[in-house]
Amino acid sequence: MSSPENQPQDAAVELNFNDTELTLGLPGAAKTGSKREFSHTLEASSTSAKSPAQKAQVVGWPPVRASRKSVMKKCKYVKVAVDGAPYLRKVDLEMYQSYDQLLSSLETMFTCLTIWNDLNQKNCERGKNNNGGEYVPTYEDKDGDWMMVGDVPWNMFVESCKRIRLMMSSEEATTGFGARRGSSE
Amino acid sequence: MECKRKKEWPESNDSNRPTTFPDEVLERVLSLLKSHKDRSSVSLVCKDWYNAERWSRSHVFIGNCYSVSPEILTRRFPNIRSVTLKGKPRFSDFNLVPPNWGADIHSWLLVFAKKYPLLQELKLKRMTVTDESFEFLSLSFPNFKVLSLLSCDGFSTDGLAAIATNCKNLTELDIQENGIDDKNGNWLSCFPESFTSLEVLNFANLHSDVNFDALERLVSRCKSFKTLKVNKSITLEQLQRLLVHAPQLVELGTGIFSQELTAQQYSELETAFNNCKNIHTLSGLWTATAQFLPVLYRACANLTFLNLSYSTLDGDDLAKLLVHCPNLRRLWVLDTVEDKGLEAVGSYCPLLEELRVFPADPYDQDVVHGVTEAGFIAVSGGCPRLHYVLYFCHQMTNAAVATVVQNCPDFTHFRLCIMNPHQPDYLTDEPMDEAFGAVVKTCTKLQRLAVSGLLTDLTFEYIGKYAKNLETLSVAFAGNSDWGMQCVLEGCPKLRKLEIRDSPFGNAALLSGLEKYESMRSLWMSDCNVTMNGARLLAKEMPRLNVEVIKEEGINNSKADKIYVYRSVAGPRRDAPPFVFTL
Repeated sequence: MSSPENQPQDAAVELNFNDTELTLGLPGAAKTGSKREFSHTLEASSTSAKSPAQKAQVVGWPPVRASRKSVMKKCKYVKVAVDGAPYLRKVDLEMYQSYDQLLSSLETMFTCLTIWNDLNQKNCERGKNNNGGEYVPTYEDKDGDWMMVGDVPWNMFVESCKRIRLMMSSEEATTGFGARRGSSE
Repeated sequence: MECKRKKEWPESNDSNRPTTFPDEVLERVLSLLKSHKDRSSVSLVCKDWYNAERWSRSHVFIGNCYSVSPEILTRRFPNIRSVTLKGKPRFSDFNLVPPNWGADIHSWLLVFAKKYPLLQELKLKRMTVTDESFEFLSLSFPNFKVLSLLSCDGFSTDGLAAIATNCKNLTELDIQENGIDDKNGNWLSCFPESFTSLEVLNFANLHSDVNFDALERLVSRCKSFKTLKVNKSITLEQLQRLLVHAPQLVELGTGIFSQELTAQQYSELETAFNNCKNIHTLSGLWTATAQFLPVLYRACANLTFLNLSYSTLDGDDLAKLLVHCPNLRRLWVLDTVEDKGLEAVGSYCPLLEELRVFPADPYDQDVVHGVTEAGFIAVSGGCPRLHYVLYFCHQMTNAAVATVVQNCPDFTHFRLCIMNPHQPDYLTDEPMDEAFGAVVKTCTKLQRLAVSGLLTDLTFEYIGKYAKNLETLSVAFAGNSDWGMQCVLEGCPKLRKLEIRDSPFGNAALLSGLEKYESMRSLWMSDCNVTMNGARLLAKEMPRLNVEVIKEEGINNSKADKIYVYRSVAGPRRDAPPFVFTL
């Protein structure tokens, strides 16, 4: 009458964790569990292989709505450095819901800085430094590695980001990331 | 106005014919019926009553937007003024449904613009709405009054700007917890100076700053304001000014609840609150601290609903506040209040009917605080009228739940979330079967149940055997075999919504519900053991069901990762994205 007693734990491991494991794929690929905003943000190249989640985090569990998650968490202030800027800024990552919002805000913040730096410079285009090159957003994660912003789901990024650095594109070329920043522009 | 068809008065009495009224009388009488269930029953009596009912109906509720088409809807009900539409499956709130799944409002709006030009109210839950749709809405319905959005996505604050600019008769704008692209707060400044009809404004879940002057002028010129829920950008000082303009408020959502204030400002704030004698709902209260809560004390005398789920209060602060809330019926808190806070609830809120305890840090697996079974028991002990609970916790015991339902046997909604999947009774190490067994045995009025913890098929045997009024069941990481799900499908006559994730139920279970699904709104199963073959078989046997499988493109195995089954009179979806396979 009653069902055979399996070890529910094992059954779950067999069945579910592969399906529910957070994976990294191309942003924009139809991915279960990815937040809506994420699929519209940066189009990075395919260098991001499957990287292990820090903890085995199950998608959508506990069942708490997104708005509730971000409002409840305390502030997460991280330093933002921009190559060529004389001082750093700080942003609260919890204020943003997506990469688009964060990057827009950074662009605004540092456009002002650029104007202040060089009063003669009239053309301060978004995302460009004085020399007309582009910035590449990178961040240091919990492991101390420097990563490109945009590869992982937004929530995961907020959780693991320790500091942000906007690298100048000339340096980017040297490190071999390649010019592949697609953004909200 | 609408054209009425003439019905011929019967010359002779047909045998077995019930007493006939003139249409006008029947419609007048039926127009007084508000409940949808009553109206459904009425429409089944006979053809005359069906017709009278459809002509007299002004509000329609559609629980699944794909169960019917706008054409069918407008054909049946010609005089609708108010529409409530729900779209995506509930698990989409937790990212289990990929983006661009559907439930787009636009095709509905196009039909409504033609058939219901006098439409006044639109209440949407889990629908996709674009800015273009908002613009279209704002220009197509001159009498439009009420817009309510919950868990919707696809739009930005530009869409709200269109509503504010164009809807001259708007009385209600309620924007709750949506996936909105919050570009800026300019939309609030779009209400024209001549606009004075607003009664309900809720923008608590938007982040951007709004122009405070515009808000203040809006509140002061709209004399009928009864609900105002502002966002975090509004300070205490600004709140005080708003309250001075609108002491008649019935529902208030504050902004940020701490600030450097002078003694004078503090006193003015307190006075402003004291003058609000009608507040029965209070929310917001971001970063509320013990220092500022006292300004609320007098205003809380008539409070029936207190939403502290955005305040990280501790138990002591909660207790001090609750002393002043003797009439509380509904309370939402964060688990930062801990068991001590819940003991205070039990002590000071004897009339409590609903309690929701949300986790402050849901993803922090190292957490050692939060609420436990002790808090749950404490509330049940002091609040015998409790009938709705949503409780997130890290530990629970079978005995505790049994005690709780013994204290409160009238539960209609019992949603317990033990946050670690597969967690047993932490004292006995046994499954939590007996806990939910106690719930269904004792709470005969139970309509909604969410289970969690380590559960075997026995839980589902209990549910099938005892939960005869159950309408909604949520299952995650539970059960052993198909048998569990079969028990539920066979045993719960009133089941309407069944949502299951990560549980070992497969094709046999799915197919055991063949007869059942047409009497339900929907079934959702994700990451279970259902295969494409099982899904296909279901689709073949039950042509009036829509059987949809969500599958990532390029993944070619036989598993039906996510299956969504629902009854529909509209046939298969014509707008399904590539990753939704209609079988």
